[in-house]
Amino acid sequence: MGRAGGRRGMTAVVGSCWISLPAWCGPLPALLLALLVAGSCEGNSVERKIYIPLNKTAPCVRLLNATHQIGCQSSISGDTGVIHVVEKEEDLNWVLADGPHPPYMILLDGNLFNRKVMQQLKGTSRVSGLAVSVAKPSPPQGFSPGLKCPNDGFGVYSKDYGPQYAHCNRTVWNPVGSGLSYEDFDFPIFLLEDANETQVIKQCYQDHNVPTDGSGPEYPLCAMQLFSHMHAVTSTVTCMRRNSIQNTFSINPETVCDPLLDYNVWSTLHPINASEKVDPKKEFIMVATRIDSHSFFWNIAPGAESAVSSFVTHLAAAEALHKASDVHLLQRNIMFTFFQGETFDYIGSSRMVYDMEKDKFPLRLENIHSFVELNQVALRNGSILWMHTDPVSRLNATVEPQVKNLLDILSNSSVGANITLQEVGFSQPLPPSSFQRFLRARHIPGVVLSDHQASFQNRYYQSMYDTPENIQMQYPEGLSPEETLEYVTDTAKSLAEVATVVARALYRLAGGANDTSAIQADPKTITQMLYGFLIKMNNSWFQSIIKPDLKGILGDEVPQHYVAVSSHVNTTYLVQYVLANLTGTVINLTKEECLNPEKAPNAEKEMYDYAWVQGSLDPNSTSRVPYCVRSTVRLSKALSPAFELREWGSTEYSTWTESRWKEIRARIFLVASKELEIITLVVGIAILVLSLIATHFINAKADVLFSIPRDPGAVSY
Amino acid sequence: MTLAVFFGCTFIAFGPAFSLFLFTIARDPLRIIILIAGSVWGWGPWATSGHRAFFWLVSLLLSSLIWFIAVKASDPHDEPLQKGLLIFGVMFSVLLQEAFRFLYYKLLRKAIEGLVALSEDGCSPISIQQMAYVAGVGFGLMSGAFSMINLLADALGPGTVGIHGDSQLYFLTSAFMTMVLIFLHTFWGILFFHGCENRRWWEIVAVVVMHLAVSGSTFCNPLYVGSLVPSYVLMAIAAVWAYMLSGGSVQNLRRFLLCAQSEASPQPAS
Repeated sequence: MGRAGGRRGMTAVVGSCWISLPAWCGPLPALLLALLVAGSCEGNSVERKIYIPLNKTAPCVRLLNATHQIGCQSSISGDTGVIHVVEKEEDLNWVLADGPHPPYMILLDGNLFNRKVMQQLKGTSRVSGLAVSVAKPSPPQGFSPGLKCPNDGFGVYSKDYGPQYAHCNRTVWNPVGSGLSYEDFDFPIFLLEDANETQVIKQCYQDHNVPTDGSGPEYPLCAMQLFSHMHAVTSTVTCMRRNSIQNTFSINPETVCDPLLDYNVWSTLHPINASEKVDPKKEFIMVATRIDSHSFFWNIAPGAESAVSSFVTHLAAAEALHKASDVHLLQRNIMFTFFQGETFDYIGSSRMVYDMEKDKFPLRLENIHSFVELNQVALRNGSILWMHTDPVSRLNATVEPQVKNLLDILSNSSVGANITLQEVGFSQPLPPSSFQRFLRARHIPGVVLSDHQASFQNRYYQSMYDTPENIQMQYPEGLSPEETLEYVTDTAKSLAEVATVVARALYRLAGGANDTSAIQADPKTITQMLYGFLIKMNNSWFQSIIKPDLKGILGDEVPQHYVAVSSHVNTTYLVQYVLANLTGTVINLTKEECLNPEKAPNAEKEMYDYAWVQGSLDPNSTSRVPYCVRSTVRLSKALSPAFELREWGSTEYSTWTESRWKEIRARIFLVASKELEIITLVVGIAILVLSLIATHFINAKADVLFSIPRDPGAVSY
Repeated sequence: MTLAVFFGCTFIAFGPAFSLFLFTIARDPLRIIILIAGSVWGWGPWATSGHRAFFWLVSLLLSSLIWFIAVKASDPHDEPLQKGLLIFGVMFSVLLQEAFRFLYYKLLRKAIEGLVALSEDGCSPISIQQMAYVAGVGFGLMSGAFSMINLLADALGPGTVGIHGDSQLYFLTSAFMTMVLIFLHTFWGILFFHGCENRRWWEIVAVVVMHLAVSGSTFCNPLYVGSLVPSYVLMAIAAVWAYMLSGGSVQNLRRFLLCAQSEASPQPAS
C-alpha cells in the first residue's frame, strides 16, 4: 500500500485487492480470474449477507513523540467482540464482570467517554474495543481530551525562565482537560459520526444481545470488528530510526511513521522581497494566530473556538487594514502570520523562529518590533477581551515600557467600540501561545488577546464538540446554502468588533496618526469565513477564490483542521487564498502571464505572489470568469526543526509523528455459537468417513454390483 | 473457531467426491486426464447455483458474460425484471452446460477411436461408461468448487450469516446442496453419455429437465427445504437410473449387501 493508502485514503483502502496472476495463466483463465477478483472486491453476495460495513467512522490512531506513543490500535487482523451498549455507568458492570461472552466491543455513549470510564476499560482484558457515539447536545459539563496544561514544556516557561510559572503552576489553562488524547490504548477506538449507523448497531444489539433475566443472551450474537493496526511503536526516536534503516538497506522501504508537517501562511502589509533579507532597521508588527486543532479522533478537528474564531478575526483585521486609505504611509510594516501545527508543541512557530535565527527567512527576530497574538476570542464574558503579557520579560527595563505602550495603544483602540480590553493580573503567565516560542528566542514585547482571563472559556478545547454551536453560531431555519453563507450571525458581528479593534490598534502600532474610525472590519466577510471554515467549504465564495486545479479540495463534509502529515491540508490552502482575496488586488494579466509572472512586463515576481483563481459564476451562463490576484501571501514550511536536525529525541522542538497504517475499517455481523460450529465440523467428518467407507466397499465389490451386462459399469474395472 | 465451519463445510461438500476420486479415479492416469479435461471443459455456467471442470468453465464464462451484460443494460431498480433476468440467466446456463456436455461426449468418442488405434489388443483401455462416470465427477467437482469457493472463504469468519435475518444454517445447507450437485452431475454424466451412445433421446431430455428443475428449485431459497428436498429426491432417482444403466439390478444389490455382511463367503464373480 502506498503512502496515500496509509494516509488520507481511508475509504480507498477498504476492499483493497491484489491482482497477481501466475505467468502460466492463459488469456481465458486469466480473464476469469480477473472477473472473480473484481467481483470479490465489491464484496460478494455472501459477504453482504454476513457483514454490515460502517462507513462513517473516524478512528483513533497512534501518534508518537520523543518519549511516548499515544492513541489506539487494533491487532493486525482486527479486533472482534460481542457488542454491548453502554448508556449508563451501571451498564459497565455487564462488560467488566457479569457478561458471559467476553471480550466485548462497547458502544459507548458520548457522555460517558471520560477519564473515569476509560481507566476502568483500560484495566481489563474483557474489552476488545470501543465505538463512541457523538453526544447530542454536547456534554454540558464540558469535554476536552486535551491536556490540562497544553503544550507543557515547549512554551517559554521552564526551570530557567520563570520557574514559578512552569507546568501551569499558576494557572491551569484547560481544567476540563482529561488528557485522554495523550493516553495509549491497546484496543481500537472509533467514533461513529453517523447517527443512522449508531442506530443500526443499537438495533442489532437489541435484537440479539440484550441479556434476559440476568442470564446471558442466546447465540447468535451481534459482534463488531474494528481494524486500525498501526505500524509504528514506542516513540518517534524508534520509528524514525526504523524509517532510516529501511531507507538505507531495503530495496522497497516501508516507512512506519511520518512527522506532522504543513505550511504556515504569512503576508505583509507592504510588499517585501521574499528572496532576500529585510533591512535590519525595518520594523515589523507581527500578528499571529494558529490555524490547527485536534481531537481524540483522527482528522476530527472542528476547532471552532480554539482556532477558527481567532484566525477568522485575524483575516478580517488584515482586510480592514488593507482597505485603509493611508496604509502605504505607515512607517512600520505589519506581518500577518498563520501558524500551522501549533497544537502539537508549536510546530509552525518554532520552525519560523528557527528559520529566522538561521537566516532562512526574509525577516530576522530583530526586525520584530512587537507581537500581537489572537487566541480564542469568540466566547467573551460580557464584552471584555483580555490582554495577556509575559511577567518575566516585563521585569526587563527596556521591554517593560514597550509592553506598556503596546497595552495602552490596544486599550485606546477600543474606545468607542463595544469591547473593553483589560489587562490580566501581572502575576499571571502567558497562556499557551505561539508568542511563547518567540519569547524563548528573544525578549520581544508582545501581547496575547483572548476571551479568557485565567482558564479557558472554551469547555470543549481540542475536542469534537468545538463546533459552530460552541461559539453560538445560529442560523434561522429554512435557509438555502447560499442564504446561510450570506446570513450575518451574532457571532460574526461580535468577531467583527474584535477585528476592528485589532486593526485600529495595529494601525497605531505601525505608526499611523490619522483618525482610525474608517478602519472597520466587515461582519459579512467574517460570517462567510465562519461558514466556509466551520460548516461547508464547498460554497460559492470559496469556489470563486481558489485556483481551478484546487476545486477538488472543497468538500461538502464538515471542515476539519488537523495538521496531518501530508503537506497542504485544506485549511492551509484556504487560509492562503482567503487572505490573498481579502488583501490582494485584481491585476490585469493573462492566464499565461499570471502563471509565469517573469514573462509579464511589469510584474514584480520577488515582491508579490500571483494566483490565477477561477472566479465566480457568470449569472447568465454556467462558466466562470477567472482572473489574476496579486498579493503578498506566502507559505513557509511548518516542519519541526527536530526533523531538520534529525534530533528525534529533542526536548526543545516538537517531535510529533503519526504512525502509518494499512487498513482502517469497521463492520458488524453475527457470530454463531460454538455448538453450531462443532456440529458442522462433526457432520462434515462423519460424511467424509462414511463416504470413504462406502466407496471403498462399492469399489471392492464393483464386480458384484455391476454385473449383468457384459461391458463393465461406470465404477468397475 | 470458525475454522470448524470451514472444514465441516468442506468435508460435507467434497467428502463424497474425494472418496470417489481416491478409490475409483486416482489409480488410473487415463481417468485423471479425463477428469481434469472434463472439469476444465465444464467451467462454464457458474452464474447459476452450481455446475462442471475446462468445458464447464467455458460454458460458465459465456453465460455469466451474457447475464452480466443483461443486468448492466437493464434498470437495476426494477426488481421483477432483475429476478426475471436471473432466472433467464440460470436457464440459459443450464442449457449451455448441457450443450458442452454433449460436445465433450463427441470429443471423448473421438478419443476412444484414438485409444483403440494405439492399443495393442485393438480395444480401448477405458469404456465409454467409465468415461461418462469420470467426466461426470469432473463436471460435478468444478461446479461444486464454483458454488462453494466464495462461501468457504467467508466461512472462515469471523462472522456468520444472519444479520439481515437470513438463516443460521446457510453454510450447512449450502454445503449439502453442493454435495448433491456433485452427485447429480456424476449420475447425469452416466445418463447423458448412455443416451448419446444408444440414441435414447429421452435420457438426454431427462438430464436437461432434471438439471433445470434442480437449478430452478434454488429459487426457493431462502426456504432451504424447498431446494434441498427436491434435489435429494431427484438425486435418488438419478442414482437408481444410472445404476440400472450401468449394469446394476436389485438382485446385484442384494448380493452386494449380503456379501458385505458376510465377508467370509465371497460370491464368485459372474
